[in-house]
Amino acid sequence: MKVLVAVKRVVDYNVKVRIKPDHTGVDTAHVKMSMNPFDEIAVEEAVRLKEAGLVTEIIAVSCGVALCQETLRSALAIGADRAILVETNAELQPLAVAKILQALVTKEAPQLIILGKQAIDDDANQTGQMLAALADLPQATFVSKVNIVDGRAQITREIDGGIEMLSLTLPAVITTDLRLNEPRYVTLPSIMKAKKKPLEIISPDALGVDVTPRLKTLKVAEPAPRSAGIKVPDVKTLVDKLKNEAKVL
Amino acid sequence: MTILFIAEHDNHKLKAGMLNAVSVASKLANLTGQELHLLVAGHQAQSVANEAAQIAGVAKVLLADAVQLADGLAENVSTTALKIAASYSHIVLLASAYGKNIAPRIAAKLDVAQISEVIAVLDADTFERPIYAGNAIATVHSNDSIKVLTVRGTAFDAVAVQSQNAPIETLEAAPDQGLSQFIGRELTELERPELTAAKVVVAGGRGLGSAENYTKLLEPLANKLGAALGASRAAVDAGFVPNDYQVGQTGKIVAPQLYLAVGISGAIQHLAGMKDAKVIVAINQDPDAPIFDVADYGLVGDLFELVPELVAELP
Repeated sequence: MKVLVAVKRVVDYNVKVRIKPDHTGVDTAHVKMSMNPFDEIAVEEAVRLKEAGLVTEIIAVSCGVALCQETLRSALAIGADRAILVETNAELQPLAVAKILQALVTKEAPQLIILGKQAIDDDANQTGQMLAALADLPQATFVSKVNIVDGRAQITREIDGGIEMLSLTLPAVITTDLRLNEPRYVTLPSIMKAKKKPLEIISPDALGVDVTPRLKTLKVAEPAPRSAGIKVPDVKTLVDKLKNEAKVL
Repeated sequence: MTILFIAEHDNHKLKAGMLNAVSVASKLANLTGQELHLLVAGHQAQSVANEAAQIAGVAKVLLADAVQLADGLAENVSTTALKIAASYSHIVLLASAYGKNIAPRIAAKLDVAQISEVIAVLDADTFERPIYAGNAIATVHSNDSIKVLTVRGTAFDAVAVQSQNAPIETLEAAPDQGLSQFIGRELTELERPELTAAKVVVAGGRGLGSAENYTKLLEPLANKLGAALGASRAAVDAGFVPNDYQVGQTGKIVAPQLYLAVGISGAIQHLAGMKDAKVIVAINQDPDAPIFDVADYGLVGDLFELVPELVAELP
C-alpha cells in the first residue's frame, strides 16, 4: 500500500522566537528552520511500516516556499521514496493545506495519510482533521501506536485522562503524537541517496486549489511578561511568603 | 443567528473545564445579542442534558442521543453537529483532546477556518490565541460567516450554575458513518482533582530521578495541599508517570492558583503549559535553571531534603 506523509518547514524548536518590531509576525529571516518534530515522527512511522513489509511506497509532501525542498530532502533521507512540493509564496493556513492534500489524495490514492498532530509554529492542530473531513475519511488524531491488521488500522490515541483504541477502515488519516516513535538519525549515505530521489514541484493552481487565507492576523505581540521573583533562603520563609504575601495557602 | 456550544461529557457528567469554556460562548451571545444553545451528543446522556440546562446563559439544550454517539467518535459527532451547524454564527468547543479532534472536521465541512485555543474574545470576529508554544500572541480576525472556535478553558472564569432549567429539545443523530469503530479506553485512575481544573498543582521533573521518588516525595506534598499531580515531559519520557500527567505545549495547559515545580528545569515546552499560573514556586538544585526566570518564589537546593521539610512545615 501507498502512504502519503505531509511535512512542514518551521522555525527550529530550539530557537527562541522574536516578534517583529512592527508586530506583523515572528521574525523568521536568518533563523534556523527544520522539519516540524511531529512530522519527523510521521515520516519515521511510514518508514517503519515499509520496513515491516506493509507499505510499498512513501510519498512526502510539503506546501510552501521553494526552500521547503530542504524539508522534503530530509524526509527522503529518513526513507521516503519520492517527494512533491506544492510551491507557493502565499501564506498557507490549515484549510488551504488540507485542500491541497485532498487534491493529492485524490490523485495518488494512498491507503494511509500520516501528518503531525500540530505544527509548532501556528500550533493549530487542524490540518489532519480537515483533510479527513474533506476527503470523507476516518481519522485518528494524537496517535501513539499504529497496527495495520486485515485491511484496517488499529490505533491507540492519547486522550485527556488516558488512552483509547480505535479501528479505522482504510484509507484513513492519522496524526502523530510525540510518543508514536523516536525518529532515526539520518546517515550521510542516506542523505546522499536522498539527493537522487525524485522531487516533483507543482503549484496550487495546477491542483485547482484556492489558497487565499481566511483569517487575517491583525497583530502578533509578546505575551504579558512574567518576571523572575525572588529566591528564598529556606522552607520556612517560603511557607511564610505563600501564606502572607501571595496568599495562596 | 445563534451561538452553539458542543458539550464534552462522559454520558453521565459534563467534563470539568466546560463551565469555563461556556463562559466564552456566553460572552459571544451577549456581544451579539444572540441566544446560546448547547449540544449534547452522546448515548443515554439525559443526565448531561439536565446538567447543561442549568448553566447560566444557556437558552436551549439540544440532546442527540444515539448509540453511534456513545464514544464521541469525530466522524459521528461532527456529522450530527453539521445537521444544524449552518444556522449558527459561532460554534464553540473546549480546546481539549475531544474538542481539537472534532472542531476542525466541522470547520472544513463548512468551508471555514477554525480558530484554535482562543484565550481572549475582542469582538464577535476577533480573537487572541497563542502561537509558537505561547511565546507570541496573535490577534486574528475572521471574515467567515461561521466561526468555529476551540477555547482554552483556563483562560476564562467559570459561568454559574443556576436552578432554573433551559428547555431540552431532541436532535436526531446523523446515521453511523461506519468509518471508525471504538474498541476501548484505558483511563488513569485519579483520586485527586483533575489537573486542568485544580487550584494547586504539584509537578515533578527529571530531577526526581525515579518513579518511586516521584510518588514518595510528591504524593505527601500533593495530599497536604489538596493538589493535582503533574509532570514535565522529561519525567513522562523517563517513565515516572503516565503521559496524561504531562504539563506543556504537547500536554495539558494549566493555570492554577499555585504551581509547584519540583526538579523541573523549565524548558520552553513546559513553560508553555504553566506560565499563566498565579503563583509559581520552583525547587531546583541548579540556580541557573530557566524555571527561576518565571518563578515567583525559588528555592535552590536538594529537593530530597527540601520537599519533606516543606511537607512538615505546611499547616
